[in-house]
Amino acid sequence: MKNEGLFNYLLRLADTNLILGHRLSEWCGHAPYLEEDIAMANIALDMIGQANALFQYAAKTEAKGRTEDDLAYMRNEREFVNTLLSEQPNGDFAMTIVRQFLSDVFDFHFYESLKSSKDEMLSALAVKGHKEVTYHLRHTTAWMERLGDGTEESHSRLQKALNELWCYTDDLFELNEGDKRLVKEGIAVDPASIQNAWIKTVDDVLAKAKLVKPAGVWQQKGSREGIHSEHLGFLLAEMQHLHRAYPQAQW
Amino acid sequence: MDTNQLEQNFDAKLARNESIEPKDWMPDNYRKHLIRQISQHAHSEIVGMLPEGNWITRAPSLRRKMVLLAKVQDEGGHGLYLYSAAETLNISREELIDQLLTGKAKYSSIFNYPSLTWADIGAIGWLVDGAAIMNQVMLQRTSYGPYARAMVRICKEESFHQRQGYEIMTVLAKGTAEQKAMAQDALNRWWWPSLMMFGPPDEKSPNTANAIKWKIKRETNDELRQKFVNQTFPQADIIGLKLPDPDLKWNESKGGFDFGTPNWEEFYNIIAGNGPCNKARISARTKAHNEGAWVREAANAYAEKKKAVLA
Ligand SMILES: [Fe+2]
Ligand SMILES: [Fe+2]
Repeated sequence: MKNEGLFNYLLRLADTNLILGHRLSEWCGHAPYLEEDIAMANIALDMIGQANALFQYAAKTEAKGRTEDDLAYMRNEREFVNTLLSEQPNGDFAMTIVRQFLSDVFDFHFYESLKSSKDEMLSALAVKGHKEVTYHLRHTTAWMERLGDGTEESHSRLQKALNELWCYTDDLFELNEGDKRLVKEGIAVDPASIQNAWIKTVDDVLAKAKLVKPAGVWQQKGSREGIHSEHLGFLLAEMQHLHRAYPQAQW
Repeated sequence: MDTNQLEQNFDAKLARNESIEPKDWMPDNYRKHLIRQISQHAHSEIVGMLPEGNWITRAPSLRRKMVLLAKVQDEGGHGLYLYSAAETLNISREELIDQLLTGKAKYSSIFNYPSLTWADIGAIGWLVDGAAIMNQVMLQRTSYGPYARAMVRICKEESFHQRQGYEIMTVLAKGTAEQKAMAQDALNRWWWPSLMMFGPPDEKSPNTANAIKWKIKRETNDELRQKFVNQTFPQADIIGLKLPDPDLKWNESKGGFDFGTPNWEEFYNIIAGNGPCNKARISARTKAHNEGAWVREAANAYAEKKKAVLA
């Protein structure tokens, strides 16, 4: 396939948005505040909306007659290339906030850079994504500060979540051979080019939240090649079962 | 002014169809009736997020997933406006939530039924939001200002939900044989509970008389139920689904349908806490509330610290 590299790159972005959006949507109706139910549903909607647009573009790029729903519902565990961070379970509210914050900081800098992609569609999606993630990041940053500098309990929960999730942060920056070619062509973002910005934003917020940045943590990787944690299989089983149970059906 | 005079002014205002505002004098029973009704409505929105939220992670297409997520989010927003309206009557959100979790306050009994298949999402939107609109349209003109204004916004969104639910049912009813059966099954299970949403028959409805007198409500339970049946029959018919009522037939002389009697014994049992999901709903809300306690404490502590720095 001529555009295989781009297709696979789009899946990386779409899958991550879909899976993280899915995780957030699990909170709906169970959040600590009614306002937070609404805020998390909002962020989830933005992310699933972005995934939908990316899948549509991927389907068009692939040009084999598959639809956005085929890509979301009919691929298996090893074909998904979302980040390891995005699939981690919600845990307590601190875990969800740290997961979202680390991911928002990445997306913020990522979209900023992707705006100048030579691929017009990607650039347009980056403009939309950047606008949205700016709000998400504002929301998660505020929670990082509140929980980090709130009570002793909230502080220790947040620090614990940070320690637990830190091993998935290098995985955000992984790229494969196809991605490298797209970087050279000016289509994809070189994750290394935004790493310093990511570190700086994270450090600033951790300082305000009075948190200690974990050091010397062995990093888990592999999502760019479809190697995941065990959590993803269950998530997909839940997400895909109805769609797959009625293969002839339109919804 | 003595109480008599105040009461006369209040009655005169109602008679002129003027709205009652939070700072106005109002009879104690009027205030109590409103708190009960508005908070019950707010709790229904919040508990109602559960049976539908249940299907967000399993929605069969990306588009349906987004529409459902947006719908459940709207319901949360409705809860928020309504809690705010209730708060204008001098009761706090904490007290209101406490009343819900301790069983002192009720919520719509319909949400104590389980949502078992995807078609239930269609049936809930079509019938439950549909019945809610029928109940609520008149509340846009209810005498208490903040409640009426909240309802204007809510009704707009509810009609949108109802159309989306009906659209889900339409697609299923025109889909494969399995999908059509799924749609009919959901209709069978949600039809009678939807009729019960209008409350007990007028002669057994203890609050109706006052509600009408105070212009909080403007139509009775039975009048609304009749309207709902008349409206829903042709909608079902057009997509080839059957309302599960053998007694349903057109009555030319009253210009409406005759229909069977809902199982009121079941209704009263659900209100008494014996529905299939009463315990699950309240325990889900209680769990969310308890597990969120440290978050709310942290947010308060943080806000206090910031205030101290500014002071
Ligand atoms: Fe609602
Ligand atoms: Fe609704």
